[in-house]
Amino acid sequence: MSEQQNYEPRVVAFLCKWCSSAGSDLAGVSRIQYPANATPITIPCTGAVSPMYILSAFNKGADGVLVSGCHIGDCHYIEGNFLARRKMHLIMELLEFIGVEPNRFRMSWVSAAEGAKFAQVITDFVDDLKPLGPQEKLKKAERA
Amino acid sequence: MTKKRTGVFVCHCGTNIAATVDVARVAKEMAGEDSVAFTKEYVYMCSEPGQESVVQAIKDNKLDSIVVTCCSPNLHEKTFRDNAKRAGINNFTCEIANIREQCSWVHNDKAKGTEKAIKISRSVVRRVNRNQPLESIAVNVTRRAMVIGGGIAGIQAALDIANAGVEVVLVEKQATIGGRMLQLSETFPTLDCSQCVLSPKMVELKRHPKVKLMTYSEVQELAGSVGNFRVKILKKPTFVDPDKCKLCDECTAVCPVVVPNEYEINLTTRRAIYIPYAQSIPASYTLDESTCLGLNPVVCGKCKDVCEADAINYDMRPETVTEDVGAIVVATGFDLYDQANMPEMGGGKVEDVLDGLQFERLCSASGATGGHILRPSDHKEPKNVVFIQCVGSRDPAKHCAYCSKICCMYTAKHAQLYKHHVPDGRAYVFYIDIRSGGKGYEEFVQRTMEDNDTLYLRGRVSRLYRHNGKVRVLGTDTLSGQNVEIDADMVVLALAMVPSKGTTEIAKILKIGRDKDGFLAEAHPKLRPVESVTGGIYLAGAAQAPKDIPETVAQAGAAAAKVIALLSQSTLSRPPLIAKVRPSHCTGCGMCVDACPFLAIRLENGKAIVNEALCEGCGSCSATCLRAAIDVKNVTQLQIFEMIEACLA
Ligand SMILES: Cc1cc2nc3c(=O)[nH]c(=O)nc-3n(C[C@H](O)[C@H](O)[C@H](O)COP(=O)(O)OP(=O)(O)OC[C@H]3O[C@@H](n4cnc5c(N)ncnc54)[C@H](O)[C@@H]3O)c2cc1C
Ligand code: SF4
Ligand code: SF4
Repeated sequence: MSEQQNYEPRVVAFLCKWCSSAGSDLAGVSRIQYPANATPITIPCTGAVSPMYILSAFNKGADGVLVSGCHIGDCHYIEGNFLARRKMHLIMELLEFIGVEPNRFRMSWVSAAEGAKFAQVITDFVDDLKPLGPQEKLKKAERA
Repeated sequence: MTKKRTGVFVCHCGTNIAATVDVARVAKEMAGEDSVAFTKEYVYMCSEPGQESVVQAIKDNKLDSIVVTCCSPNLHEKTFRDNAKRAGINNFTCEIANIREQCSWVHNDKAKGTEKAIKISRSVVRRVNRNQPLESIAVNVTRRAMVIGGGIAGIQAALDIANAGVEVVLVEKQATIGGRMLQLSETFPTLDCSQCVLSPKMVELKRHPKVKLMTYSEVQELAGSVGNFRVKILKKPTFVDPDKCKLCDECTAVCPVVVPNEYEINLTTRRAIYIPYAQSIPASYTLDESTCLGLNPVVCGKCKDVCEADAINYDMRPETVTEDVGAIVVATGFDLYDQANMPEMGGGKVEDVLDGLQFERLCSASGATGGHILRPSDHKEPKNVVFIQCVGSRDPAKHCAYCSKICCMYTAKHAQLYKHHVPDGRAYVFYIDIRSGGKGYEEFVQRTMEDNDTLYLRGRVSRLYRHNGKVRVLGTDTLSGQNVEIDADMVVLALAMVPSKGTTEIAKILKIGRDKDGFLAEAHPKLRPVESVTGGIYLAGAAQAPKDIPETVAQAGAAAAKVIALLSQSTLSRPPLIAKVRPSHCTGCGMCVDACPFLAIRLENGKAIVNEALCEGCGSCSATCLRAAIDVKNVTQLQIFEMIEACLA
């Protein structure tokens, strides 16, 4: 248990430029503190997140992957987040199939106005990842 | 690929970054990256000397790309891209690593913050390593504008734009322009007549050769982007030809249908055929299809029979109109908070409890009572009136968290107007604080208290209900610590201002953001207060936040100035971050064609082809293509994979 408490999950967070990335900016402007475990990558739209990105992140040692986009119906590109949602269900199933806990992957909807929610999403995700321990299944052996 | 020469510039942002991120270490780590030829840290990178040092460093060190690790790209991406250009390199080889909003401001632990800042910076350095120099795409500009919403905000914006010689289409949902201001009687702090200052503007707008007025119309669809929007509008039928209507009022006399008059906020009734106000523009009647007995001479047809001008035409049908414009101002205004949410205030069901706008209609010479303050239940003059401020405002637990900003002022106005109409009457005001910032505003409130002998009670009202033909108001006076009980002839609630229903609808249609309270979100709260996040769409008036008329007019003028500046350019540059196909990898499966929300891809000779004018760069195609044959420029799959790696290193 004490080992798990010290363990800091490594998270890659794909943030849509129009909403969640702006929401993370707002969390910053409001100085809302949250764990530093998630490194953000801003992308044009959640629809641009290929399932390969998620697998690649796990492959490279991520313990969790977050994709955060606009609320359904608010996508800047009309339906990008719709496509994303469909793809993400597939990802969950795929992860389960290959033996990775599907809840290492999470999708959230955070608008540009929801700074506090962004901070909460990260906090909750990190909390939920801790009991799972490090992700080993897909991680490639360290290159010498 | 020849090796890049990237410069990394680490900003301290005073102590905003440096206090929780070890900036020297970030610079040192970046210096270890293969592609990095130069690093520098500085206290304020965006200051003039900071910017100069970037330009100088690019030239001195023959850099071909730069990464600035600083605040959000929303703030200074343009600043530093301009500097890159000034230094003679391509602006799209400059990227921002956000280590302030996404890092230093949200992590107090310096060790962890520094680690994360390094990961963020490294991932952006890796991305830039594969950035291509790109040229912005020049697009022609449609030199026309659209204003949505015809309240004072929309009217002012449309007039300012039209007076600059630019054609404007104004789309208003209701049968008349004017918005809420047309419902007001007198306005603070001068007590000048609202309609007297508004009507001339409405008429000017109607007659303006550069203005196309579309009332009783709604925007349904938006396509395109800044400089070239295509807007689909539904024109609802009024069944009356405004050019023929003589305003004789014969029709309303014969119409058998009686319904509540929403323009008088249900204080009176109207017929199915009606004119909202005497000052309506367009000056014409409207037949409300939803309440008419059937638009059918067999069923009724009385209005058509009686209309000598032959202005009524039951065969009018809804019409869809398409307008091309280069810029849009959204000015869709506010509603009052729904009383149904407030059972403690009677939930809208207690007689003689009015909202502020109903009180305006009672005071207005054009209103139901001809400008006499008479209470609705028995049409008698109320001898004591209780005004309650902050109803639904400043109550994060149950209602709206924010201050509606104008209610202190209009309540003071209401108390004065009441005393002018009923000199021997007694006015009470329940308040939490008085907020009267503004030119002449504090003096106005003081006048209400002193000259007009209004009793201000500091405290909240806990309940009100009907009692012996009056409204019993229970509250506390927190200054004296006493409970207060008043049997009032009439009660007026200063309800919170909320975004109008039309604002909520239009935000969805235009895909522009709203803030946590549902008002339209500005691109930056201080520096870009009249722009939405979407290029070419601007905001004005109470749809953006609660505000009074002077502020609304100022904001409308600012939005108009932005539109005029935008449309004065002959071409606009569009970011070139759009999709590109690698024909050698494309198998012509057509998956991307289906994935593209903008119908920008077609197959030709078995290969995908992107229409550069239509592509918005969303990247849906690249996420779908199994062959990695299509990518958005400078956000390629390869770049993302390398960023992921950097984040986990
Ligand atoms: C009781 C009361 C008293 C007030 N007294 C004063 C005063 O004394 N002095 C003062 O300075 N201010 C006063 N105000 C504030 C004033 O009413 C507002 O500042 C002003 O009306 C804001 O104008 P607007 O054009 O932004 O919005 P609105 O007046 O709300 O106009 C918005 C317009 O947009 C239209 N619309 C909405 N949705 C759509 C859509 N989707 N498509 C097309 N059209 C749409 C609406 O029909 C409406 O015509 C008072 C407000 C209240 C409630
Ligand atoms: S999805 Fe990929 S392979 Fe299929 S048509 Fe589009 S670019 Fe070509
Ligand atoms: S990036 Fe791809 S999917 Fe998106 S608009 Fe361009 S071509 Fe269509």
